[in-house]
Amino acid sequence: MSSPLLVLRQIVKNYGGVRALRGVDFDLRAGEVHALLGENGAGKSTLIKIVTGAHSPDGGTITVVGQRVVDLTPATARALGIACIYQQPALFPDLTVAENLALRLDATNMHARIDWTARRARATSLLSRIGAAISPDTEVRALSMPEQQLVEIACALGSGARIVIMDEPTASLTQKEQRLLYAVVQDLRKNGVGVIYISHRLEEIFALADRVTVLRDGQSVGTHAMGDINEAGLIRLMVGREVAQIYPAAQSAPGASVLSIRGLGCKSSGVHDVSFDVRAGEIFGLGGLVGAGRTELARILFGLTPADSGQITLAGKILHLRSPQDAVAHGIAYVPEDRRRHGVVLDLPLAQNITMAVHRRLFPKTWLRFGAERVLTLNYIRDLAVKCAGPDAHGSSLSGGNQQKIALARWLATQPKLLILDEPTQGVDIGAKNEIHKIIRRLAQEGLAVILISSDLPEVIGMSDRIGVMAQGTLRTILPSGSDPHTVMAAALGTAA
Amino acid sequence: MKRYFRELSVVGTLLAVLLGLALFAPAFFSPQPLLSLVTREAPTLVVAAGMACIIITRQIDISVSSIFSVCSVCAGLLVARGWPLVLVLPASVGLGALFGAFNGFLVAVMRLPSIVVTLATMVTLRQGLNLIRQGEFVNLPDRVQWFGLSQTAGQLVLVGFALVLLVTLAWAMRHLAAGRYLYAVGTDAEAARLAGIRPQLVTLFVFVFIGSLTGLGAMMNLAQSPQVQPLTGNGLELKVIAAVVVGGVAISGGRGNLWGAFAGLLLLACVSPALTHLHIEAYWEKAVQGAIILLAVVADGLRSRQSNR
Repeated sequence: MSSPLLVLRQIVKNYGGVRALRGVDFDLRAGEVHALLGENGAGKSTLIKIVTGAHSPDGGTITVVGQRVVDLTPATARALGIACIYQQPALFPDLTVAENLALRLDATNMHARIDWTARRARATSLLSRIGAAISPDTEVRALSMPEQQLVEIACALGSGARIVIMDEPTASLTQKEQRLLYAVVQDLRKNGVGVIYISHRLEEIFALADRVTVLRDGQSVGTHAMGDINEAGLIRLMVGREVAQIYPAAQSAPGASVLSIRGLGCKSSGVHDVSFDVRAGEIFGLGGLVGAGRTELARILFGLTPADSGQITLAGKILHLRSPQDAVAHGIAYVPEDRRRHGVVLDLPLAQNITMAVHRRLFPKTWLRFGAERVLTLNYIRDLAVKCAGPDAHGSSLSGGNQQKIALARWLATQPKLLILDEPTQGVDIGAKNEIHKIIRRLAQEGLAVILISSDLPEVIGMSDRIGVMAQGTLRTILPSGSDPHTVMAAALGTAA
Repeated sequence: MKRYFRELSVVGTLLAVLLGLALFAPAFFSPQPLLSLVTREAPTLVVAAGMACIIITRQIDISVSSIFSVCSVCAGLLVARGWPLVLVLPASVGLGALFGAFNGFLVAVMRLPSIVVTLATMVTLRQGLNLIRQGEFVNLPDRVQWFGLSQTAGQLVLVGFALVLLVTLAWAMRHLAAGRYLYAVGTDAEAARLAGIRPQLVTLFVFVFIGSLTGLGAMMNLAQSPQVQPLTGNGLELKVIAAVVVGGVAISGGRGNLWGAFAGLLLLACVSPALTHLHIEAYWEKAVQGAIILLAVVADGLRSRQSNR
C-alpha cells in the first residue's frame, strides 16, 4: 500500500507565454484512488497529458515505480503501464470491440496470423471482469458513450496497467452505469492499481477517493486524505484567495430589459428550463463548469440549435430563432468560444474579418466599397486598440488578445442589442485581458446588453452585474455582483442550494 | 507583391517559356496558329473560371466534362433544327445550370461529398449520352461556324468574349460580397455560418454557376467546328482542375484567384505546341504537363508547411 507508483516533482509546463503548470508535486500509491480537483484551466488536463507522455514537461522529474523517466512518450508510458480513459473514448468506430482491443493490446507484427478465437476469448474475459454486458463482436459504432468507456477500461486492464487515469468518467453516464463504474474502480484498487480520478462531482470524490490533490493556477495547493477534509474545505482550496485584480465597475444603473427568456430548453443540447432577463447596460455573467450548458444556451440564443421549448423575447418582440441569420437580423451577436477556429478566420485579412457579418449594411449597392471597409476597420483598430500591421494583416499574425478584439469588432459592426461573449479572455495574456474587460464594460455602459460566459471565476464575479450559475443544463441560481467565490463555486458544483 | 507571389511565379514561368520559344522556335509566334491555339482554349478558360470558384469554396466538380458534352450535343441538335443562336445560347447555359443545380442540391442540401456526387453525374451523363446518341455526330449548318464570320473574325470574337468574361468575373470575385462569401466558406464554413453567411446557399450557387459556365463554354466550342461529336468534353475536368491548381488555387479551398487560373491554363496549353516547335516527340506532352502540376502542388505543400511553422 505504500510503495509509490508515480511521483511527480516540480513539474513545469509553458505554452508560449502561458504558464500552465508552475511546479506541481503529485504522487500516486499502489491500490489508491487519488482524486485530482481544480477549476477549469487549473492545469489538470495539462498534468494528465504529461503523465501520458502526450506533452513533455519543461521542467521537473517523473518517477515511475522508483525509476526516473526522461523523455516520456505515449509509447513508453503505455509500456510503463500508464493508461488513460478519456471522456471521449478514442476507439475505431468501424471495428468490433475484439478488434479494437487487439489493436491496442497486441504487439504489431505485420505478418503474424490472427487468432480470432483467442482474440474473442480475451475480449470476453476482459469485459466480464468489469461486468460489462457487451458482445466482443459488436461494432464500436453501435455502442453508447459509457459502453465505449467500459471498452477503454477493459483495454487498460488488458494492458496490465498499473496506473489508470480517468478523466471525468461519469460525465455522460446514467446512475446505473455510474454504479457499475464505481465497482470497476473498487476492483482496480483491490488489484493494486493506482487510479488518478478527475471529477467535478464532489460527492463522487468523497465516495471513491482515498486522497485528493487540488490544483489552482498551475500549482498544487494541497494533498489531503479524504477523511481530513470536508466539502467546504475543498471548495476553499479550489477557489483560493482572491487575486487582487481590478475590474472596471459599472458607472450607472442598467436600463430596461432587453432580453427576456422563459423556460427555454432544447432537448438535443441538454438545456432545459432556463429563465432570466438581461437589461440594457447590464453585464449578465454565466458561470459554471465546463459542460454545464452555457455554450449550448448561447447557441440557442444565436439560432444555431433552435429551442424546442420556452420563449425568447428581445426588445419586446417574441423571437423564433431558426438560424444565425435570424439572430443577426434581430440584433443578437455571438462571439464564439473557440476564436481560433470560429471567431476569426485566420487566413483572411482583418478588414474582411471585420466586415464579414455586415456586408448588406456596409455595401448597400451590390459591389464592395473598399474605402468604407478600410475606414470601418481602421476605426475599430483604433477604438479597440488592436495591435496589428494594418487592415490587410492576416488574422494569423495577431496575438490571442488582439484576435479576440477583431472577433468582437466583427460583431460590434452589426450594431447589436445583445452581445453574447463566450470565454472572451480564454488563453489571453493578463494585459490584454484587462483591456478586453474595459472594452466590455464600456460597451455595456453604451447601452448594450451583455451576456458574459466565463469559466474564470474571478472574472465572472468581477465583471458581472449579476451572475447566473448553470449546472447540468439549467440555471441554478442568480447571484448578485461581487458574490463570494465560494458561493458561486458551490452552486456550480451543485452542492449547496 | 508577396501576397500574389504564387500567381506571379506562374506568370513568370509562362513568360520564361514564351521567351524560350521566341529564341528557339520563333515560328510559334506566327499570328494565325497562335490565335487558333488561344481560341481552342477559350471554352476551357470559361469552364476553368467556374472551377476556380468551386475549388475556392472547397468543393470540386468533375462532371463538367459530361455537362459540356451534353450541352454541346443538345445545342447542336437545336441549331440543326434551325433554332437561332440567340435562343440556343440561353438554352445551353440553362441546361448547364440545371445540371449544376442538381449537383449543388445533392452537395449543399443532402450534404453528400462533392467528389462522389459529381463522379456519379459525370458517369451517368456520359453513358446516357452514349446510349442515346450511339456516338453519332451532329452536323451543323454553315451559319454556325465562326457565327458566319470569317475565321479570324470569329476567333477574335470568341477570344475577346472569353477575356471580357474573365475580367468581369475576376472583378466580381474581388468586388462583390458574393466573391467574399466563396472565400469565407472555403476557408472555414463553420466560421462563415457563425458570421451569418449561409454556406449551403453559397455552395448551391457555385455549382449552378459552374454549370452555367460549362453550358456557355459548350456554345463557344460549338461555334468552332462544323460538327459536334458526343465525346467533345472528355478529359475537360482534368484539364481545368490542373489549370486551376497550377494557377495557385489551393485545393483545400479559400485561396487563389482567377488570374492565376488563367496563367495556369495558358502555361499548360503552351506545352503541346512548344514541344512540336522544339521537335520533341508529342508523347512527352502529358509527362511535361504532369511534371508542371506536380511542381505546383509541391510548391504549395512547401509553402503551407512553412506558414504553419
